[in-house]
Amino acid sequence: MATLSRSDVEHVAYLARLGLSDEELTRLEGQLNHILDQYAILATLDTDAIPPTAQTIELENILREDVALASLPVEDVLRNAPARDGDFIVVPPILTERD
Amino acid sequence: MPESPDATEATRLTRLHAHEQASRLRAGEVSARELAEAHLATAERQNHALNAWLTIDRKRALAEADAADARLAAARAGGSLEAEHPLLGIPVALKDLVSVAGGQCTAGSRILEGYVAPYDAHITERLRDAGAVILGKTNMDEFAMGSSTEHSAFGPSANPWALDRVPGGSSGGSAAAVAAYHAPLSIGTDTGGSIRQPAALCGIVGIKPTYGRVSRYGIVAFASSLDQIGPFARDSRDAAALLHAIAGRDERDSTSSPAPVPDALLHLAESDDEAVATLRGKRLGLPREYFVAGMEPGVEAQVREAVAALESAGAIVEEVSLPHTEYGLATYYIVAPAEASANLARYDGIRYGPRLGDGDVLANYLATRGRGFGAEVKRRIMLGTYALSAGYYDAYYLKAQKVRTLIKGDFDALWARGFDALVAPTSPTVAFRLGARMADPVAMYLSDACTLPVNMAGLPGISLPCGLSDGLPVGLQLIGAPWSEAGLFALARGYEGLTAGADWRGREPAALAAADDPATPAPRERVAAPV
Repeated sequence: MATLSRSDVEHVAYLARLGLSDEELTRLEGQLNHILDQYAILATLDTDAIPPTAQTIELENILREDVALASLPVEDVLRNAPARDGDFIVVPPILTERD
Repeated sequence: MPESPDATEATRLTRLHAHEQASRLRAGEVSARELAEAHLATAERQNHALNAWLTIDRKRALAEADAADARLAAARAGGSLEAEHPLLGIPVALKDLVSVAGGQCTAGSRILEGYVAPYDAHITERLRDAGAVILGKTNMDEFAMGSSTEHSAFGPSANPWALDRVPGGSSGGSAAAVAAYHAPLSIGTDTGGSIRQPAALCGIVGIKPTYGRVSRYGIVAFASSLDQIGPFARDSRDAAALLHAIAGRDERDSTSSPAPVPDALLHLAESDDEAVATLRGKRLGLPREYFVAGMEPGVEAQVREAVAALESAGAIVEEVSLPHTEYGLATYYIVAPAEASANLARYDGIRYGPRLGDGDVLANYLATRGRGFGAEVKRRIMLGTYALSAGYYDAYYLKAQKVRTLIKGDFDALWARGFDALVAPTSPTVAFRLGARMADPVAMYLSDACTLPVNMAGLPGISLPCGLSDGLPVGLQLIGAPWSEAGLFALARGYEGLTAGADWRGREPAALAAADDPATPAPRERVAAPV
């Protein structure tokens, strides 16, 4: 199976939106490769004819009655927001105007 | 140990099992407030040494206890005491990933520091309906990822049997609290062994129910195809009563099952003889792959002795094989991190929790998540993200899901042959020393080798104390077919009856006196070299 290079580790950290220090990236490169080595055993099994299992109980397409239920009060939900303005959560801008 | 008459009385009350406390409440010999006071005092006195609790909510607990006393008085006056729930007035501890409206819920993480749950979890509602008294929230590995409680952002917990050892994890605080008589009952969650392994290491009973048995509404998610909620207690009757209170269908968790919750959970045999008699003729499989290399001889000896005892009571024990066991660890450590990486994407510093960084959205995400999560959580998010990333999905995640089919098939084949349960060790070792496995993630992962296949297959598994090895508890694991919790508890109760007179049954955790001493160091001061 694959081996993770330092740049692979940096790429995965970016995908996962984890800001990691150089020291953390170095440590993770070693640890992740050690863990991936343990996965190699799976390649020895022929699973071509085996269907995947995503969950273990026979419950499918569970729907509730299509009726409106009360939601949580706005005040209760917004109490945890790190920054708010009235009934809104304040976030940094994600769009910038072009000059 | 405590010396004042009040302290002696408190000690006496906290030693009672939940069903004994319930009898005294009904007889009017003790009040729910007295029970709450006794347990709160013990927890508050020992928490410095054990760090089992992240929050002890004395005010709320006493208010709930007073409400329980009022309800008991009304039921007594109305002649309806018998109709009241057995948990009415009984103290309970919750792992700090169970939402209690208005209370903190950290999941052991800095990234949820300061977060206040806006609503009750389903099981919190159920416990309130039953009249249980919630004392507070217990310590845990961050987001339930770990086997020692050392990955808590708020410091490790200690084992009440030896303060320089771990209580197991991830539900280590809940296990330590029950073992140390801070509460007769507690709640944990189990994704790969996080109830059973700490139950084993702390010498108490813990069950991971069938996947779907208990609604997870209001519980912080780790790996959604594996997570399940379950009880800790000091005997099987108490654990069964707590499971009965929280189990059953809830519309707000579409994976919770409509399968009926057996009333047998409330009616386990009271007499030891009656309990032992139910063992006769039961067919038990002994999976040879669970007696793994690296298993401590003392653990193996206690488990084999327990199996021999079950056999002597008339159970039919047969060695069996679960041939794909050796693939379990790798399969689990792909599936669980993959699901975790998706579940934990929600911690972005936007809607709740601390928001770090003062740049654009991306810079804030990187700073909030990079600094908010601890080392083990970051490791698992990285593993999961990698296993799901383009080009590797088939080789890792899809492959693991296929092997999961084979692991589940191993168990299904045994149920088809008519086995009532499988008997195995819970953990290959007794409680290990604080710090011993922190530098090597794979060594830590091996702690769950005997428990995680049960989660992969969605089965119920219970851990029972079965003796001591070098003075530390050993756990016996019983694994059953889906929805067979009542059968597992009957076996567990039978084994308890069989060993009621055993010397180890009478032992209290050896470090309780040290835990009482304010000069005893906190667990975090005992860790030599954190990662």
